[in-house]
Amino acid sequence: MKRWLPLVLFVVLVGFFARGLFLNPREVPSPFIGRTAPAFTLPLVGDANASFSPADMKGRVWMLNVWAPWCVSCRQEHPVLMQIAEGGRIPIVGLNWKDKAREAEALLARAGSPYVAVPEDLDGRVGIAYGVTGTPETYLIDQTGIVRLKHIGPISPEVWKDKFEPKLKELGA
Amino acid sequence: MKLGRIKSILLAMLLAFSLPALANEAAPKQALPNADDPVIEQRMVKLAEDLRCLVCQNESLAGSHAELAEDLRREIRAQMKAGKDDKQVIAYLTERYGDFVLYRPPFKPETWLLWLGPVLFLGIGGGAWVMTLRRRRVVPAAPVDEKRRAAAAQLLEEK
Repeated sequence: MKRWLPLVLFVVLVGFFARGLFLNPREVPSPFIGRTAPAFTLPLVGDANASFSPADMKGRVWMLNVWAPWCVSCRQEHPVLMQIAEGGRIPIVGLNWKDKAREAEALLARAGSPYVAVPEDLDGRVGIAYGVTGTPETYLIDQTGIVRLKHIGPISPEVWKDKFEPKLKELGA
Repeated sequence: MKLGRIKSILLAMLLAFSLPALANEAAPKQALPNADDPVIEQRMVKLAEDLRCLVCQNESLAGSHAELAEDLRREIRAQMKAGKDDKQVIAYLTERYGDFVLYRPPFKPETWLLWLGPVLFLGIGGGAWVMTLRRRRVVPAAPVDEKRRAAAAQLLEEK
């Protein structure tokens, strides 16, 4: 027994390292899950006189997708979002994060928009209020305005199926 | 002699010309701390040194050049200007980014192992050490029979 102790300790250590190796350090757990999504009011891209506020979505399950025209993985995500939008199951709001070059309007006109509204967060402060570390990030918000799910990185069809759809079913959307 | 004088004049001229150049180089350095309020800047830097940059995760918020770090520093500055103390600023950040932004995580049930781990390992090591020492002390005494004792006594007496 005593002779095997170092080997056992070694295996335990390797176990910890292996687990650490396959963790994604970018997946920072969001403290917002189960809490009310921060309120904000921002002008819309393409119509500065109109504005969007999360309170406008009360009573609906919706998604807040933080994106930017300069973000490459957002383009990768775009067709998936288009498909979700076409399904009509859930409205997507696209927070245009730090679009200093003001390219969002032209880009959405060219590529198509999956969004029901595109609030403009020019200086990125609303993003910070939501704990955004980079684009794209997506929040699933329920009828009462509580954040139910956060996904960091582009939504792939697999992520949609495995992560979002079960949650949507749970929320009855 | 004459040559020496020319040399010294040349040197003086060169020095005179180079002085303004030196002054020019020094000027932008003075303008580097880009805050209008040095007290707040100092507080912000001190606080940000203990915070993690969310983009380049092994860098502090104070030292990172990532755009998000810059935005967060601006946010901290703005909140300090609004009169919030360090604790309130930290609370604002942890509400949004979780304890992950703190390089010194708070002491709570989930972090007990993290904080007490070193003490625990020291205890295990110390325990093992004490046990080894104890075991070593118990050396079985060699049995001495009467014959040998008598022989030893005889030897002593002979002396």
